[in-house]
Amino acid sequence: MDQIFGIPINAFMGQLLIGLINGSFYALLSLGLAVIFGLLNIINFTHGAQYMMGAFGAYFLLNKLGLNYWWALFVVPILVGATGVVIERFMLSKLYKLDHLYGLLLTFGLALIIEGIFRNEFGSAGLPYSMPSQLEGGHNLGFMFLPNYRGWVIGASLVVCIGTWLLIEKTKLGAYLRAATENPKMVEAFGVNVPRMITLTYGFGVALAALAGVFAAPIYQVSPQMGSSLIIVVFAVVVIGGMGSILGAVITGFGLGIIEGLTKVFYPEASNTVIFVIMAIVLMIRPQGLFGQR
Amino acid sequence: MSEVVLNVSGLQAWYGESHVLHGVDFAVRKGEVVTLLGRNGAGRTSTLRSIMGLVGRRTGSIVVNDVETIGMATHKIAHLGIGYCPEERAIFSSLSVEENLVLPPKVGEGGMSIDEIYEMFPNLRERRNTAQGTKLSGGEQQMLAMARILRTGAHLLLLDEITEGLAPVIVQAIGRVIVKLKERGFTIVLVEQNFRFAAPLADRHYVMEHGRIAESFAAAELPSKTAMLHEYLGV
Repeated sequence: MDQIFGIPINAFMGQLLIGLINGSFYALLSLGLAVIFGLLNIINFTHGAQYMMGAFGAYFLLNKLGLNYWWALFVVPILVGATGVVIERFMLSKLYKLDHLYGLLLTFGLALIIEGIFRNEFGSAGLPYSMPSQLEGGHNLGFMFLPNYRGWVIGASLVVCIGTWLLIEKTKLGAYLRAATENPKMVEAFGVNVPRMITLTYGFGVALAALAGVFAAPIYQVSPQMGSSLIIVVFAVVVIGGMGSILGAVITGFGLGIIEGLTKVFYPEASNTVIFVIMAIVLMIRPQGLFGQR
Repeated sequence: MSEVVLNVSGLQAWYGESHVLHGVDFAVRKGEVVTLLGRNGAGRTSTLRSIMGLVGRRTGSIVVNDVETIGMATHKIAHLGIGYCPEERAIFSSLSVEENLVLPPKVGEGGMSIDEIYEMFPNLRERRNTAQGTKLSGGEQQMLAMARILRTGAHLLLLDEITEGLAPVIVQAIGRVIVKLKERGFTIVLVEQNFRFAAPLADRHYVMEHGRIAESFAAAELPSKTAMLHEYLGV
């Protein structure tokens, strides 16, 4: 049996894969948080609940409307993103003149309400969502077995992350977004409808969370608490990457997923805490985060 | 007399609890260069910010091209054909020089082309690929802040302290730009501390004190007004 650092290569690769999968979700979720934080200056505590709504959305579409996974990939982010637009328009937008703490409290409260409603309706047991038939099975890569669906999730979330980064860094729309992040009043004085841009940005960040939820549905059970357990780690990822940094969120998301996976191989006892240990160290050495400015 | 493009009357403005403008009245006609003179805190910057809707609250009347804007949202005001260059210049550090230049959306017809702008500001052409707009020197940032509103088709330019903190040679260059803009038919409101810069450029002057217009006079009357100006401006 081949070994790497004294570990069977199969076990090593297996954990690396799990790390990459987890990293895909960390990256997608922290990307949405970073986009929202950049423009709205609000830490969106509802993000985990919106990820959960994405998974439930896929479940409902399949079981109530007969729309399969591929439909869900497009429809669910739009629907859940639309709920985000409503939340921003009628609640968050009232809070911008107040301390940021109020935005945090509102989104935290919303998360509790949404998760409570879903727990009340569906219990905590979790509902199964079957994998799309096209992505069943897997490939033997020689050194490891790669299930098709997991490969798809890693690839698709990379594409979404890079696409979002290109959108923000290389397009005119992205230039408005970056400029408004720095100085919203000035961008408004140029004649750009910044309030509408803020609403749509929140909707977009929420849609990213919902998309992650759809990706997650066939891997994890669809359950009301699936978001709250993940989101704590994602906040740590955002802090490590640097609040509001798009590239930082993506790189740190994947990187920490891998580190977490590999910790399971080399020192399993620390695998649940390694991300928080890294967060503490980063906060001490570089409080603005690895990719944060200032 | 040509048409009035900006008519401000009874303008009062507040930042939170602080009442900064106490009834400002002035008018600017098409193609004019008009200055707002006065000491720091007299309300000149607040007047420009009020026109753009950037103060906390404002009352009175601000008519731009026959449209009352006092109740209008900031992002709609620019589309009446106004270009605003703020005192702090507001160059964006997360945008390259060229991205900064092309950022403001079109608000009217007949804006200058990028080539014409680079001809007017050759330094910007050299520095256009600089990744961070704020890496430019102070003078270059000032030129960029002006250049970016020339592209948009705005015909009324509100320029706030565009010579502040700049070397004399750059101030002269900016003076030549203002002359060219005037020749092209732009209407310009200049908020200036540097009266020696503004005097030869402007058609008319308004002097502000305590949040209102204290005096106004045409360029030709300047020699007889020197003593009064000394008193108001402390120069």
